Amino acid sequence: MRDLTSRALDTANALGASYADVRVVRRVEETITIKTGRLEGVAGGETEGFGVRVLVDGAWGFAASHHLGAGEADRLAAEAVRIARASATALRNAVVLDDRPPAHGRYETPVAEDPFTVPLDHKIGDLMAADEALRRSDGIAWTETSFGAQRDDKTFAASDGSYIEQVITHVGAGLEANAIEGDEHQRRSYPDNGGAWASAGYEYIRELDLGGNAERVADEARELLQAPPLPAGTRTIVLHPSQLYMQVHESCGHPTELDRAYGTEASYAGTSFLTPDMLGSFRYGSDLCDIVADATVEGGLGSFGWDDEGVAAQRVPLIKEGMFVGYLSSRETAPRIGRQSGGAMRADGWNRIPLIRMTNVNLLPRDGMTFDDIVADTDDGLLFETNRSWSIDDRRLNFQFGTEMCREIKGGKVGRLYRNATYTGITYELWRSMDAVGDASSWKMWGTPNCGKGEPGQAGHVGHGVSGARFRNVQVGVVE
Amino acid sequence: MSASHGIGGDPEEALRLAERVVHAAQAAGADEAEALVVADESALTRFANSEIHQNVASAEVYVNLRFVRGKRVGVANTGRTDPEGVRALVERAGTIASLVDELEDWPGLPEAETALPLPEAWSDGTAHATPELRAEGARAVIAAADEAGVTAYGSFSNEAEAVAVVSSKGICAAERRTSSQLLTVTMGPDRGTGYAEQCSVDATAIDAGAIGHEAAQLARASANPIELAPGDYPVVLTSYAVVDVLDMLGYLGFTALAVQEDRSFYEPGKRVGSPLVSIADDARDPAGLPVGFDAEGVPKQRLELLAEGICRDLAYDTQTAARAGRRSTGHGLPAPNPYGPFPANMVMAAGDASLDDLIGGIDRGLLVTRFWYTNPVHQKKVLITGMTRDGTFLVEGGRIVGPVRNLRFTESYLDVMAGVDAVSHERRCIRGFLGASVVPSVRVASFSFTGVTADS
Repeated sequence: MRDLTSRALDTANALGASYADVRVVRRVEETITIKTGRLEGVAGGETEGFGVRVLVDGAWGFAASHHLGAGEADRLAAEAVRIARASATALRNAVVLDDRPPAHGRYETPVAEDPFTVPLDHKIGDLMAADEALRRSDGIAWTETSFGAQRDDKTFAASDGSYIEQVITHVGAGLEANAIEGDEHQRRSYPDNGGAWASAGYEYIRELDLGGNAERVADEARELLQAPPLPAGTRTIVLHPSQLYMQVHESCGHPTELDRAYGTEASYAGTSFLTPDMLGSFRYGSDLCDIVADATVEGGLGSFGWDDEGVAAQRVPLIKEGMFVGYLSSRETAPRIGRQSGGAMRADGWNRIPLIRMTNVNLLPRDGMTFDDIVADTDDGLLFETNRSWSIDDRRLNFQFGTEMCREIKGGKVGRLYRNATYTGITYELWRSMDAVGDASSWKMWGTPNCGKGEPGQAGHVGHGVSGARFRNVQVGVVE
Repeated sequence: MSASHGIGGDPEEALRLAERVVHAAQAAGADEAEALVVADESALTRFANSEIHQNVASAEVYVNLRFVRGKRVGVANTGRTDPEGVRALVERAGTIASLVDELEDWPGLPEAETALPLPEAWSDGTAHATPELRAEGARAVIAAADEAGVTAYGSFSNEAEAVAVVSSKGICAAERRTSSQLLTVTMGPDRGTGYAEQCSVDATAIDAGAIGHEAAQLARASANPIELAPGDYPVVLTSYAVVDVLDMLGYLGFTALAVQEDRSFYEPGKRVGSPLVSIADDARDPAGLPVGFDAEGVPKQRLELLAEGICRDLAYDTQTAARAGRRSTGHGLPAPNPYGPFPANMVMAAGDASLDDLIGGIDRGLLVTRFWYTNPVHQKKVLITGMTRDGTFLVEGGRIVGPVRNLRFTESYLDVMAGVDAVSHERRCIRGFLGASVVPSVRVASFSFTGVTADS
């Protein structure tokens, strides 16, 4: 591989690039989907190629191809340089990268049981058994059970001498039961809407125990059909980790992306209300709110050895005791706030440039109360569980979330179930109202494998560690 | 693109590759085999803060193989076209087919049909578009923003692809397609924002200066927005907002799988829209981005989804069509596809009003430029939540009186369609979820806004 990367870097430098990097990626994927007992689809995929990114006259250019070869390396380097020169015709501020030592090394996701070598019929059997358990009782219109695995074998080389190899493995699985009566359609899923994902091997899928949760999920789907809608009002809410992670994702993860703050995602993903002038002085949340971007934690979808600019994985404080203190950043953006890159540049495959993405944006647990203690400590509230819908404005302020489950809490006891429950608010008002965070006993990694950003579009795999939390005076609403 | 380095734009080569894959699958014991090849050369120039900040190009190939033994189906895909890559693809799909259970309702691969040539789908202007051309477009948008005292953000993209589908059942379809899109968000110093977009088969037909000017003027007009209390208001939705309504109706309702799973609002003959609303899916309409056949190689049929507000047709692929005892309408997506068929080329019939007429018919209401981050709250009711963005204006006495802060809505798009009381004669081609739609602006009698965003 060194021959290919060296050839591309040498050609780019010879043609005038002041900096160049090359990423070679081979990606393999496998998906299995079962719908109501029918094996709807099993697919295996493979793609490989490389991309050359160059800086010329302070402007970026990038070209990528599925052909691997010396001639193509020359062609790509030349094309990237030509593109960069075209970029320079509409450039107002030359790109300046931070200094970092050349990176060298190898990283592999810890995997106990390789998901690609577990026999396919074994994996299908596991899913079929779970799907069958979902359908044991009456009243379920259709079910879906799925598995996915992705492995990226990546080589990064840069003109500063960096050379890194990484093997990143992600797996996920989940199931859902759908109950339908007239116009009412209720879905209940486990462990999460769309499945739960982690950087791990097939051992993670076994630990999910899909089959062991299937009957409960089916029962809850049917129960939801008969549940009343949630009355509108201002309430105390407790967010189960299966919903809280999405709240962190949308209202903390995205607004702390420094490229958004500088407007470079304005035409697609939006901007951020957290502008650099607010760094260190803006109260984002209550004193209980500590949020970090941590690529070093094991098991997260944002865990790796180096980002796709060759910056080592690290833990970056974003919110400290409620104050906004940091951003997810890159080598280009970090110097603008007087810092070094936080190592958050990630690309979705060989044919895309790295963008600032969440790594694992985690709300840290607090000693003192377990999640069950928080519920028991709530006199009159609502427990929201498992995200169903999500929406937030382009500056990440006004949000509305819906969950699959919403149960009333009265006198510390969980009771009546509501359907089609939503809550809405303004980001910093919600986080400032947080008065309880669960301890480490309920803290675990969640994540999403489909975080959209960039043009052309990229799907990011990002992680979130949360333990559950309580918020006061939140508007909840009925949408029937 | 700037240089030819693959098979993007060469349908004959894509066809030969698909044939090679099918023959290899048959040699490996497939009773039926189907190969979809998409060879794509694309480039995108992105600008922000009135300068180009990202600029990319790529050459990619996607080969998807359905390997069928009896009623056992294995699917595999690859980005490799070398002999070893093809061998590995066939082996992977064949292995899967040998391990999976039979599909009792497997209808077989679709029978051969001939897709008519579609020269309108291709433009040399796009295929030969250079980084310099895209930079010129970006500079034109930026110049319009500079002139208006606002800042430009956006992208200018070109794509040329060759698509081929070959199957052992006699499907042999190939065509070349191009598309280009220029979009811009503009932002002024006083919280004003604007948006404009144009997409076309031909990159050289895109008027970057006009798009820049349109968005810049919107950003100027929407400066210093005031807060308006949420509630029900009559609205004018421009084409940029209407495209989201059509996409959601297509995604959640006008697809046969959603009906078969009882999660769609669709019932034949049911009224869901006002008599002013007629929506077809017409992939051959030259006003959109034409496509001749689907991922199964089945020719695209024109579907009358909503005729004067009444539900008529649905999108089918081969599997859902077999369940319904009919033939595919040519709306299949690449296998395996648990999501079902999709109408990706919707065309809404024009009305007879100008945009001024639409606004003039509102006593007190809102003009909404576009929607943002919409998501279903209740799928069967097509109840959607989202935000307004890039130009939301208060209308009083038939005139725009000023900008308002972005609002959250939670509204059934079925109710939106039922409440349409005027439709513009002007339509635009706008990118949607998977394809492009041709959409007018509309006026809706009542629209439910449920929240407002903060100022900072």
